[in-house]
Amino acid sequence: MSFSVVKGSGYVLVHTPDMVLHNGTTQTTERVVNPESEYLKKLPNHLRSYQETVSYPPNQTYIGNITPEKLSEYKMPWYDKNIEDADRFGKYGEIMPQDEFIGLMKIVDVFDLVSLEKSFVSDVKEKLENHPLITDELINKLKEGEELEDIEKHIEEYEAEPIYNDGKVIGCVNRAHDVDINLNAHTIYENIVVKASGALAMLNLLNKNDIDPESIDYIVECSEEACGDMNQRGGGNFAKSIGEITGCINATGSDTRGFCAAPTHSLIEAASLVQAGTYDNVVVVAGGATAKLGMNGKDHVKKDMPVLEDTLGGFAILVSKNDGINPVLRTDLVGRHTVGTGSSPQAVITSLITNPLDKGDLKITDIDKYSVEMQNPDITKPAGAGDVPTSNYKMIGALGVKRKELERKELLNFVKNHGMPGWAPTQGHIPSGVPYVGFARDAMVEGEINSAMIVGKGSLFLGRMTNLFDGVSIVMEKNDGKTEETEGASEETIKKMVAKAMRDFASQFSDE
Amino acid sequence: MDLENQRRVKDLTDKHGAENVIVVLGAAEGEAAGLAAETVTAGDPTFAGPLAGVQLGLRVYHAVEPEFKDEVDADVYDEQIGMMEMVLDVDEIIEEMTDIREEFCKFDD
Repeated sequence: MSFSVVKGSGYVLVHTPDMVLHNGTTQTTERVVNPESEYLKKLPNHLRSYQETVSYPPNQTYIGNITPEKLSEYKMPWYDKNIEDADRFGKYGEIMPQDEFIGLMKIVDVFDLVSLEKSFVSDVKEKLENHPLITDELINKLKEGEELEDIEKHIEEYEAEPIYNDGKVIGCVNRAHDVDINLNAHTIYENIVVKASGALAMLNLLNKNDIDPESIDYIVECSEEACGDMNQRGGGNFAKSIGEITGCINATGSDTRGFCAAPTHSLIEAASLVQAGTYDNVVVVAGGATAKLGMNGKDHVKKDMPVLEDTLGGFAILVSKNDGINPVLRTDLVGRHTVGTGSSPQAVITSLITNPLDKGDLKITDIDKYSVEMQNPDITKPAGAGDVPTSNYKMIGALGVKRKELERKELLNFVKNHGMPGWAPTQGHIPSGVPYVGFARDAMVEGEINSAMIVGKGSLFLGRMTNLFDGVSIVMEKNDGKTEETEGASEETIKKMVAKAMRDFASQFSDE
Repeated sequence: MDLENQRRVKDLTDKHGAENVIVVLGAAEGEAAGLAAETVTAGDPTFAGPLAGVQLGLRVYHAVEPEFKDEVDADVYDEQIGMMEMVLDVDEIIEEMTDIREEFCKFDD
């Protein structure tokens, strides 16, 4: 069986300053516990404009306009640096402004749960009509909009969750049930955001890579929310709902959950489904989380810097049959943190990094790039969480030293040569391993690198069902150009050539 | 230190007495280790948790400090902590921890 390949990817960000204030859990919790706090008063002054968010170097990296190598040339902190003439559209995706995204929330809403004010709808309709990926069919789903007083009535009397733009209420997300907490307005709001940002990532994947949506057979959605009602809280299925909006009429799908590790779990699942021949084209997709907006806002405000967690993230990756061109997913080089692995950092890194390498008789230095938790250190360092990717690279390098594959004095060079700076927003699953898949594909097709290891880790204990941690990894490798078909054909050709030679040889005897 | 851990430390100290409790930390950097050490000696510096204003003065060490390292089996230490010892800024952690102990620990040993 031939390995599957990574055929394309899409990466999107959405600038959501009002959602930072009204939907991020750090802020909603503060409003309950300490409504008059200095933090809540100061926070609005620390929000960035859309243009500042677009020109922010890590964000330009996320959508593929600059490479991680280029990003590392910028001296930290990055929040006071700008990419000149930064474009909202990039090689892999885009950075969408909040108003257009609110319009998209209405577009993806098939149960009439999102209500938007009339004039807002007409403004945003004009903007979305100019968006290259939003078709007329999608625009029509915006409808006409409603009167503001009706929206206010929903908020005041029926517990609808307000939608803000530029500090004003311009709509609401209505509850889908009057008793069921899994269908209340808060949950529906979060779920529609996941669906809309996931759909935007899918649209970018399809468009940027010229993929026919009808060719998609299966979709795996791997964000961190759950949709369902009181009888099945995580019933699902974001995957199929995203496929429906984006025209994947031949696809079905399912949701995979595993905290931040879910995208890498999903990548391995997709690779296995394609390699087994079950499906030809599988998309792994995830939308973003409003809850995590402004998660470290208190530290950012305290340090008098902008609140950098002002974007939702989304991504989509297409895994397809081996085409002899795109990089393969080595399902024989998979690492996993098992129930019995243990929780020490050493045990974790061994299970995720060196166990799969040992299967292929490889050294730590044989992998060109490691894509770990690619959290942007501009966000995490001021919050006291350090530089997450660098810590991971140091741990991988240190294990290399222990395995005598690396001199101790080479540790920092290892971090530099086999690592990268983090550029992904701290949206849990979004930074986990997958942000590099797009760059890795390009670098392998161009012959710049041969291999990368995609590593996802997840904090399962947050769900209180187990104290365990989790993680999986898979090696992505440059395609050697041999597909199963070409290998088969060449074997057949050789047989024919041998047969012909035998006949020619035999005929010489008969001639004599 | 999160609120749940503060509660655990407080409960264990109430039950066994401060002289019978040692806190071993695994924080990844000096500053975070110092904050946790301060919490279990001088009280929660953020005044948010059960140890706010509670001066337990406990013995507290980081796992990479010699006081802890020399007490455990060298092979087990190497297997569990050897890699992280290479990664962490051990000197910075020891300095931070020593400062906190000298200022706030009730036990002079």
